[in-house]
Amino acid sequence: MTEVTRAEVVAVACAEAWRGDGEIVASPFGTIPALGARLARLTFEPDLVLTDGEAALMANTPSLSADRSEFVLEAWLPYRRVFDVVWSGRRHVMMMATQVDRYGNQNISCIGDWAQPKTQLIGVRGAPGNTINHTTSYWVPSHSRRSFVERVDMVGGVGYDRAGAAGPAAQRFHEIRVVISNLGVFDFETPDHAMRLRSIHPGVDVDEVVEATAFPLAIPDDVPTSRLPDADELELIREVLDPTGLREKELPS
Amino acid sequence: MGDKRASVDEMVAELRPGMTVGFGGWGSRRKPMAVVRAIVRAGIGDLTVVSYGGPDVGLLCATGLVKKVVYGFVTLDSIALDPHFRAARQAGTIEAMEVDEGMFYLGLLAAAQRLPFLPTRAGLGSDVLRVNPELRTVRSPYGDGEELVAMPALVLDAAFVHLNRADTNGNGQILGPDPFFDELFLGAATRRFVTAERVVAPGALLDEGPIQTVTISRLLTDAVAETPGGAHFTSCPPDYDRDESFQKNYAGSGADPEAWNAFSDRYLDVDEAGYQEAVRQAAAAAKSQSAQAAP
Repeated sequence: MTEVTRAEVVAVACAEAWRGDGEIVASPFGTIPALGARLARLTFEPDLVLTDGEAALMANTPSLSADRSEFVLEAWLPYRRVFDVVWSGRRHVMMMATQVDRYGNQNISCIGDWAQPKTQLIGVRGAPGNTINHTTSYWVPSHSRRSFVERVDMVGGVGYDRAGAAGPAAQRFHEIRVVISNLGVFDFETPDHAMRLRSIHPGVDVDEVVEATAFPLAIPDDVPTSRLPDADELELIREVLDPTGLREKELPS
Repeated sequence: MGDKRASVDEMVAELRPGMTVGFGGWGSRRKPMAVVRAIVRAGIGDLTVVSYGGPDVGLLCATGLVKKVVYGFVTLDSIALDPHFRAARQAGTIEAMEVDEGMFYLGLLAAAQRLPFLPTRAGLGSDVLRVNPELRTVRSPYGDGEELVAMPALVLDAAFVHLNRADTNGNGQILGPDPFFDELFLGAATRRFVTAERVVAPGALLDEGPIQTVTISRLLTDAVAETPGGAHFTSCPPDYDRDESFQKNYAGSGADPEAWNAFSDRYLDVDEAGYQEAVRQAAAAAKSQSAQAAP
């Protein structure tokens, strides 16, 4: 068996984000999060609900490169109904973040001043409503001081400090569970919910993570290494869920 | 009973500069593009565009007809960002109201139900409240006392949606997987316009699909037009998929003024029949090129 790649470690870290979630919608954005959600469903979270990327829920767990004709649909979920799911809390989304800060505020709206941005991105999308209604995680494929920033330019996804300041209605269902990057896994399990290094991926050292982060991270004395896929998981990743290697395109080895 | 058939140009002739106009569909999916092209030809400007944004927003920005965009995102789906919307935002030539997608939905719902606002948790703690200082919060009058965002009604002067089928009385049918928010756009608007791939006789919609697919009743429609290919280049399943090669060409037209002029000359400075013919020629040229490239 060839050596486990960084993309495969990240796929497992993404799968782990949904551990314990049970029968809720897992909404991954990005290739490796999609792989992770499917891996979780085929292993330790069999009740997870997955969408087909259009207007339906999917009963089977096809590969990332599968044609739509291979999808077995189980229920209708058009965009308008998605809000019933979001606002009832039966969802854990893993969005991407162009910028994320120390307290888990996220930005995919624009770079620079919102009034006349230097770079217009897609817009806040559902991030404000997601973060305030159900569990949210983030995937950042390129960890640097430009993505892990002191302060995001536009708060779409709401972090712990902002949810706290906005009062009980904002905090009630708020949870930013993990941020996963190409270097490591991060959580907010600190007294003031400041970002903590939860694990580093094999081959990464702590200094590298610190150097690539524009704010001080909470770093435990012993930083664990992100776990490797076991033999079954590796087979599922390589043979069943991503036989064409799309994961390596998103995160080249 | 009224026959509501009209032409797209007649519909667009009801617009005035400065109006607030909503477009149905989502991203680069089932957008009323024949209407957008007609607005571009008519040159009606100073518009406030309300949309789950796709190339409808981009084309109107590119042609300088937009005063303000109300959106949660603007995307081309298979291409993440619309170059013309980006250019307009970065140049500071348009105003913007950027809200959460769910807030947007509640704004349309409030307008359709003649309410001033609807409460939601979405937006709390985010910069959506900072960049839209007109947004207010409201405290629950019940024991919980929660303070929530009061999303104001998004009231539209006119709304346009493109459907798979409609009948001459203005009932509308969506045969694809997602009705999106089309019903709410119509409900939120003073003037309500439906275009469809095909317009059939009253009662004949059930030959096309089950009653549950007729989600737009004539209560929501003032006029209806048959516009085959009316969503092109966005998707309109099951009638057609997105024209990805055309969409690439559209996205490329944002590269420089020369690219834009070439796109505009060929596809916008013509009537709808001329547009559809240019699309057919472009597809035929691409096909013959790929046939030559084959071994």
